[in-house]
Amino acid sequence: MSMATATAPPVERVNYLNKEYGVASWLFTTDHKRIALLYLLSITFFFFIGGFFALLIRLELLTPASDLVQADTYNKLFTMHGMVMVFFFLIPSIPAVLGNFLVPLMIGAKDLAFPRVNLMSWYLYIIGGIMMLHCMLTGGVDTGWTFYTPFSTAYTNTKIVEAGLAIFVVGFSSILTGLNFIVTIHRMRAPGMTWSRLPLFIWAHYATSIIQILGTPVVAITIILVAAERTLHLGIFDPKLGGDPLLFQHLFWFYSHPAVYIMILPSMGVVTEIFACFSRKRIFGYSFVAFSSIAIAVFGFLVWAHHMFVAGISVYAALVFSLLSYAVAVPSAVKVFNWTATLYKGSIHYDAPMLYAFGFLGLFTIGGLTGLFLAALGIDVHVTDTYFVVAHFHYIMVGGAVMGYLGGMHFWWPKISGRLYPEGWARLAALIVFIGFNLTFFPQFLLGYMGMPRRYADYSHMPEFQILNVFSTAGATVLGIGYLLPMIYFLWSMRYGKPASDNPWNAAGLEWKTTSPPPTFNFDEEPVVTWEAYNYAELDAPQKDKDKQEVPVAR
Amino acid sequence: MPDSSIAVHGDAPNPALLHHFATEEQQRDSSTLGMWIFLATEVMFFGGLFCAYLIYRLKYFGDFGAASKSIDAALGGTNTAVLICSSLTVVLAIWAAQTARRGLLIVMLILTMLFGCVFLGIKAKEYKDKFDEHHVPGPSFSFDHEEIPGHPGEYANPVHAEIFFALYFVMTGLHALHMIIGLGLFTWLLWGAWKGRFTPEYHTPLEIGGLYWHFVDIIWIYLFPLLYLIDRH
Repeated sequence: MSMATATAPPVERVNYLNKEYGVASWLFTTDHKRIALLYLLSITFFFFIGGFFALLIRLELLTPASDLVQADTYNKLFTMHGMVMVFFFLIPSIPAVLGNFLVPLMIGAKDLAFPRVNLMSWYLYIIGGIMMLHCMLTGGVDTGWTFYTPFSTAYTNTKIVEAGLAIFVVGFSSILTGLNFIVTIHRMRAPGMTWSRLPLFIWAHYATSIIQILGTPVVAITIILVAAERTLHLGIFDPKLGGDPLLFQHLFWFYSHPAVYIMILPSMGVVTEIFACFSRKRIFGYSFVAFSSIAIAVFGFLVWAHHMFVAGISVYAALVFSLLSYAVAVPSAVKVFNWTATLYKGSIHYDAPMLYAFGFLGLFTIGGLTGLFLAALGIDVHVTDTYFVVAHFHYIMVGGAVMGYLGGMHFWWPKISGRLYPEGWARLAALIVFIGFNLTFFPQFLLGYMGMPRRYADYSHMPEFQILNVFSTAGATVLGIGYLLPMIYFLWSMRYGKPASDNPWNAAGLEWKTTSPPPTFNFDEEPVVTWEAYNYAELDAPQKDKDKQEVPVAR
Repeated sequence: MPDSSIAVHGDAPNPALLHHFATEEQQRDSSTLGMWIFLATEVMFFGGLFCAYLIYRLKYFGDFGAASKSIDAALGGTNTAVLICSSLTVVLAIWAAQTARRGLLIVMLILTMLFGCVFLGIKAKEYKDKFDEHHVPGPSFSFDHEEIPGHPGEYANPVHAEIFFALYFVMTGLHALHMIIGLGLFTWLLWGAWKGRFTPEYHTPLEIGGLYWHFVDIIWIYLFPLLYLIDRH
């Protein structure tokens, strides 16, 4: 431990950020914290590209006629919005940024198990991203992000193969991240960091990683088949050639439904940490919350065909998939109830991360409950391919996943940057995001229920839909401002923010026991864990009791 | 495990021990687990194809039988034997490293790669035959007047047989791609063995590479009966 000798505090302590400078020290780094920041930059870039498409979609829908863009362009806009947001923002967002940064810190490791593989996963992401950018700039894709066959393989003239290969490549980046996390969590925990002492953030990432390694390869092979079918004119998914388009949908949703849990599970992990810290309590029902993550990952693999209720699958299969889809609500509800029970009689602090976590709680619940509507066969037939579905999954993916992501970014920003963000602005931004989000997407529930179909640029035969679309577009503008604000003040705080202490929230968890920002190898001395997770009762105990608590006692 | 092999971090350890691992054992366990998880990913990767195969085999049962019969089972069987032999040489290579026999290790690695090349050569011959017979899906595909086994006078539907051949080429093609990657991996292992990197204490890369090689063999063990043997009695 040569680093440990530097305990005498110099003016500026050596940490992972100021240890080396220069482009090469970033592009060839194997430090999980630097790779997390590389990911942060890249996914933010793609988030604003995807957001730009969303903005154009909302502007087009401001008026009933298709006047801003033609229908063909509109098809490309919602396709590329979906592809960019799903594959290049939501799936890598929390795992590749916060997970990359925090998994080794939280379990007391020096790095992920395979640092070079971690860097490779970022390069794969960038290669996939460049391919996707090239594809979008030279014509794009118009099939919807779902690539349904035979339209995608035999009819459309857009760049299916290139977009597919971009997703294939970025998929392997996701697989490598998941693989790294699983091995790290199994093999790299500090002494005393037992499975039942792991932060629930880690459990959530463990469950996410299982989906990443088992689900992603299936969509990868599906993409290969689509690309082969398109270029070599095979007939695997083409009914004219004896193929079965439903097989494509099965293979596609076998990954793409669990992919939703890749987005939401890490977010659940984030808000679990936040709820514990800002209500100063141990998470209620630790083991239930931990195993509900695993249960969601397992059940998540068994519900895919609820995307295909009207596609012509057997009604008996539909019944089973409907029932199983209800079953996913059980572990999700376990989490929601346990979070609420954690809040109960807690000493609640309304800091910005907590505001996002509250936002998550409400919006995820609405998104989840409307998911139950959709799992019911009768209602699903009524609202399939309407804005009801669009509103539902945006409540999960944006209201849930992105809220959690922003909450986590605020919560750990002092650790990541060593600076405090401006709390007042952050609370304001959280409020703006919440209001903007609901103003955007709640009207879409109503629109969908009234029968407005998704994926249409023109609704001039139904001008009464306009008022709700105006609300939605106005909300999207507010939401956009809400998303720009954190980017501005995070950047601002890197230079002008107040230096953060090692543990500004007085939070439990190993990541707060090292310096802010941490040194390259995370801890000056290998930590030994003698306490249970979320020991807020001990942290907040009066000082004289604290000496007693240092001695590890059972219970 | 003897104490001497547990290196303390920063205490002149094995040069192969990376900085973020506490012990060589931890590093080896991590690497092995990593490869097993990667193989789980690979199982799902091929799993999608096996799923597609299963569905079309049931849907176009007779056509698949007829199409399967047109592939040369003798060549496929030879290739199966070649791959099983290569698995043996991989195991022997690891044993050679464990018992510090550098010469034997190098010979076994070269033999493994030779078997791999023989496999690919035979595979190329099979592909060429299929091209000559117009069994490659596409505009020049033809599979007319091929009897369905067990149903004299009934002919296979060429459109459905084409799906068999599409799956045949995608599945064996991806498998062959894995073999080529494996050959690259073994070239790297051979170079390491040549440099004397592997010792009885440290030969994790050999074990990892071996796991991968065995996995690719096992995929073939499933591909062979599904593609070559389904209708031979």
